[in-house]
Amino acid sequence: MTEATASSAEVVKPPPPARVWTRQRILGTAVMGFWVLCGIGLVAYLVSAWDPELYAKYAPYYLSGLLVTLQLVGTSVVLGALLSIPIAYGRDSRNPVVASLAYGYVYFFRGTPLLAQTFLVYYGLGSFRPELEAVGLWTFFREAWYCAVFAFTLNTAAYQAEILRGAVGSISHGQWEASAALGLSKFRTVQKIILPQALIVALRPYGNEIILMIKGSAIVAIITVYDLMGETRRAYSRTFDFQTYLWAAIIYLAIVETLRNAVDWIERRITIHLKR
Amino acid sequence: MQSVWTLLSWGPEGWLDDIAFGVFVTVSLALATLPLGLAFGFLVALAKQSEERSLRLAGNIYTTIFRGLPELLTLFVVFYGAQIAVQQVVRLFSPTAFVEINSFVAGMIALGVVFSSYCSEVFLSAFRAIPRGQYEGGYSIGLSNWQTMRLVVLPQLIRIALPGLSNLWLILLKDTALVSAIGLSDILRQSGVAARVTKEAFLFFGFACLIYLALAIISSFGIHAIERSVGKGGVQR
Repeated sequence: MTEATASSAEVVKPPPPARVWTRQRILGTAVMGFWVLCGIGLVAYLVSAWDPELYAKYAPYYLSGLLVTLQLVGTSVVLGALLSIPIAYGRDSRNPVVASLAYGYVYFFRGTPLLAQTFLVYYGLGSFRPELEAVGLWTFFREAWYCAVFAFTLNTAAYQAEILRGAVGSISHGQWEASAALGLSKFRTVQKIILPQALIVALRPYGNEIILMIKGSAIVAIITVYDLMGETRRAYSRTFDFQTYLWAAIIYLAIVETLRNAVDWIERRITIHLKR
Repeated sequence: MQSVWTLLSWGPEGWLDDIAFGVFVTVSLALATLPLGLAFGFLVALAKQSEERSLRLAGNIYTTIFRGLPELLTLFVVFYGAQIAVQQVVRLFSPTAFVEINSFVAGMIALGVVFSSYCSEVFLSAFRAIPRGQYEGGYSIGLSNWQTMRLVVLPQLIRIALPGLSNLWLILLKDTALVSAIGLSDILRQSGVAARVTKEAFLFFGFACLIYLALAIISSFGIHAIERSVGKGGVQR
């Protein structure tokens, strides 16, 4: 027996089967060829349509638009994260009034389009101009930028509340009991025991939410905020040059891919202790 | 100043008939996009779970591009880009012709492309949940590739993918609001027109939001019904 196992280790493996041209391989090569052609076509078009004057004129606009997009998303994601804490807490409240209020909030903001919510804030609150002027909030809601931040914050808070609730809910009840048994206060329990574990679960959904917000923020162009999309629309309406849209697409794609890879990297880093 | 009920009534005084037309446009756009997106998403998922490397790569490029672009940008690129492309082709034959792309078709293509890229991910993870033995079992009783897919894999696949797909349907329903930006008379555009004419913006945009909520609630009833009928006779694993 031992001889057999010893010799089987030395047995030469059969050669790998030759890669034949199956139907799948032909199709795959054809589709890849199509993508490569698209890529070459895109680069060739952008190179041939390259116009230094256009670049000098619109590149600063694109840069400022990009900054506006990042500021808008950054502000509303941070404010939304703060707002999501009481909402997530309210969703699990034993008080039925609080719980149903929080549920209604989340249901409304997740069930309606972000564009409709933005219109509701930007155009709709104009109906209450006398009341808003009376409380001194009109200067806030007059500006498209603040309206966009307001609508986006409310919207992302609803999504983030669900992410937070799901993540905290995924931590087993024993963790709470164990820390109570150790005499930790509720705040310390959340800070030291629950959040570190919940954030691992929540990282990916949070990353997705930020990506969705960056993509969703393009709609503020419709309410005259000059973010990346707004600048693109302005540049297109002045030049009727289609490359304006292609540049915007490339920039958006670059941001989203960077973020996605960053989330992957962070996830690999913080789950090292879970790898076996 | 007319009362709220007059504004929301049916007929020349009110705006309900105009908004109802918007609901019709929104729902038909979403329903027209759904089969397109599902079919194409399924094909992309097949490519992504294939053993052929080039096919997998091609599928992944598709998903990366259309999941990374803002939906509004995709819509504009399709709307204006297709217009330019078709114009160029038509100019070859008749130099003076002017072509206009139907905004409904442009919306359908753009939303369908976005839907299919998300949908392919849902199908892909459902494919991975089906054990290899199911295929082997199918082959061993003499079913062809296509029969195994249709009779053995697909019924299980749909059951696993259904929650993800119903989420995507709700997202699609909300994304249709974007087509108002390319001039299609959907719910949001019709309410916008009503809001501009009557100066009752909050009323009409709030009403539009409530319609979207109602559509979401109706869909979730429909989804529950489908889930029940598909879940029947399923094997618990």
